[in-house]
Amino acid sequence: MEKKIIGKAYVLGDNIDTDQIIPAEHLVYSTSDPEELKKYGHFALSSVPIEQAGLPFGGKPFIDGDNHKSKFNIIVGGSNFGCGSSREHAPLSLQVAGVKAVVAESYARIFYRNSVDGGFVIPFESSSKLNDKIKTGDDVEVDLESSKITNHSSGETYRLRPLGSVYDIVKSGGLFNYARENNMI
Amino acid sequence: MGMTITEKIFAKASKKTRVAPGESVWLDVDVLMTHDVCGPPTIAIWKKEFGEKAKIWDKEKLVIFPDHYIFTKNTNANRNVDLLREFAREYDLPNYYDVGTERYKGVCHIALAEEGYNVPGTVLFGTDSHTCTSGAFGMFATGVGNTDAAFIMGTGKIWEKVPESIKFTFNGKMPEYITAKDLILQILGDITTDGATYRAMEFGGEAIGSMNMMERMTLTNMTIEAGGMNGIIAVDDVTRHYLNEIDVTQYEEFNSDEDAFYHSQYKYDVELMEPLVAKPHSPDNMDKVKNVEGTNLTKCYIGSCTGGKLTDFQFAAKLLLGQKVKVTTFIVPASTQIAKQLEAEAISGVSLKDIFTNAGCIIAESSCAACLGGPSDTIGRSVEGDVVISTTNRNFPGRMGSKLSQVYLASPLTVAASAISGEITDPRKFL
Repeated sequence: MEKKIIGKAYVLGDNIDTDQIIPAEHLVYSTSDPEELKKYGHFALSSVPIEQAGLPFGGKPFIDGDNHKSKFNIIVGGSNFGCGSSREHAPLSLQVAGVKAVVAESYARIFYRNSVDGGFVIPFESSSKLNDKIKTGDDVEVDLESSKITNHSSGETYRLRPLGSVYDIVKSGGLFNYARENNMI
Repeated sequence: MGMTITEKIFAKASKKTRVAPGESVWLDVDVLMTHDVCGPPTIAIWKKEFGEKAKIWDKEKLVIFPDHYIFTKNTNANRNVDLLREFAREYDLPNYYDVGTERYKGVCHIALAEEGYNVPGTVLFGTDSHTCTSGAFGMFATGVGNTDAAFIMGTGKIWEKVPESIKFTFNGKMPEYITAKDLILQILGDITTDGATYRAMEFGGEAIGSMNMMERMTLTNMTIEAGGMNGIIAVDDVTRHYLNEIDVTQYEEFNSDEDAFYHSQYKYDVELMEPLVAKPHSPDNMDKVKNVEGTNLTKCYIGSCTGGKLTDFQFAAKLLLGQKVKVTTFIVPASTQIAKQLEAEAISGVSLKDIFTNAGCIIAESSCAACLGGPSDTIGRSVEGDVVISTTNRNFPGRMGSKLSQVYLASPLTVAASAISGEITDPRKFL
């Protein structure tokens, strides 16, 4: 597990649901075929209303043109991130698009589990509301050991909640690795 | 300190005498359910992770219902059903309900009830967020992703955090213009879309006792819309009667102790409630129907695991009898059994099917259909500029198709009244 995640922030509002993260019509592509998998990255966050895409100004699509990788690799959300359906394709599509971590005030249960158990992205909970403090495109750094996020563009540092009981699964890279390391399977 | 129903089921399934909210436990799973959207990736993860050793922990306990993208020309969607069919054949699965055969059932959450997989006191996981629907049968049921499902498929076990419980009590007698959908929209308006995150939502009271199983399933179905881990209703004579009719007789009943701990409690008098909608673009954007009356509509939709059950169609037919709809109105029975019941059940000697046909509605084949948008040729799918009123469960941007459409969620009574008027209408106008 990396100790630091460094990159550019993509900022979203509250209640980003799984239909906004990956619209249901795209859930038909193979998750095993490397070429088809790229489509999940290409359509990641494609149903976020354009005025809400890349706050505070909006109008910034997460993916440019035909790409399947985003230039942003840390998502900063508000409360109840990932609400809605159980589709694991949601954290998967963020991972395919190059996202390493999501920082949000709170998460919907299934999205949080999927992110951790599938080892797709690390879901950090922030101690305070950050999606009105960090701007899309800011250079940010998440420090896993000290549970902090630093915004190098503004010089501000904010606390994150420790990963707690899921830390061991995150460290292993997912539920299956964790279970193998603990001789459960 | 006593325990809630949910805590008692957690204790039983984790082989403990008691559990406390917040504690993580490993549960023994009684049934794992999957479908055409999440089944193929679940199977792929199971094969990759278990490799040569991959073995289904108990074939009798794995249930697969293709139901999401069924009536489409989309080749990738069809390939998913082919993958399920091939998997069921390869492993000789007894509980696969194939498309295009007599066994095809339609929407998984309703089929689970009809086929007797909802057994009180048991633990059911499914690769679908609305798996919480089954909690109407006094059992623990919740949704998980593909990795968790693959883990269950190989081991029969999964970790889960014991949820705190919230209790919702509905007193009074249900007025004829109020349905279970109005009750859950009221709760969503009160506690919002994350008001029950990681919590159990327990329902009780006189009004719940008077509801049939289908109405109870509308309540538990939408607990996920409040972020709930599960919804649960204790077994009573209504539950026992439903189960007895389908030969489910062996089960354990749990009830919450008088001194059980609840995170919070809400009490409602249903006789004081009014018909409600959730306005675009969130299920908690609640308002009274009378406050949005007159909103022009382009589509009406009655269907899905939430609002496509027999009772939903009985409510709608009561209003649509002898009427004509003013906007395109879709009737999508959740299951093939319900589709048959539309022909068998009648009001004033006219079958529900004829009531809908005579009113000018379009009756579609059973599947999840436009509830979640789906491939571009999905019947009822919303397009740019649409204003839809629907009995389904979510109205997030793009949920029913175009993110440039607007969706109002409402009861089947309100949707039927609105279909007749062509604009959002309080059902009391026609009752």
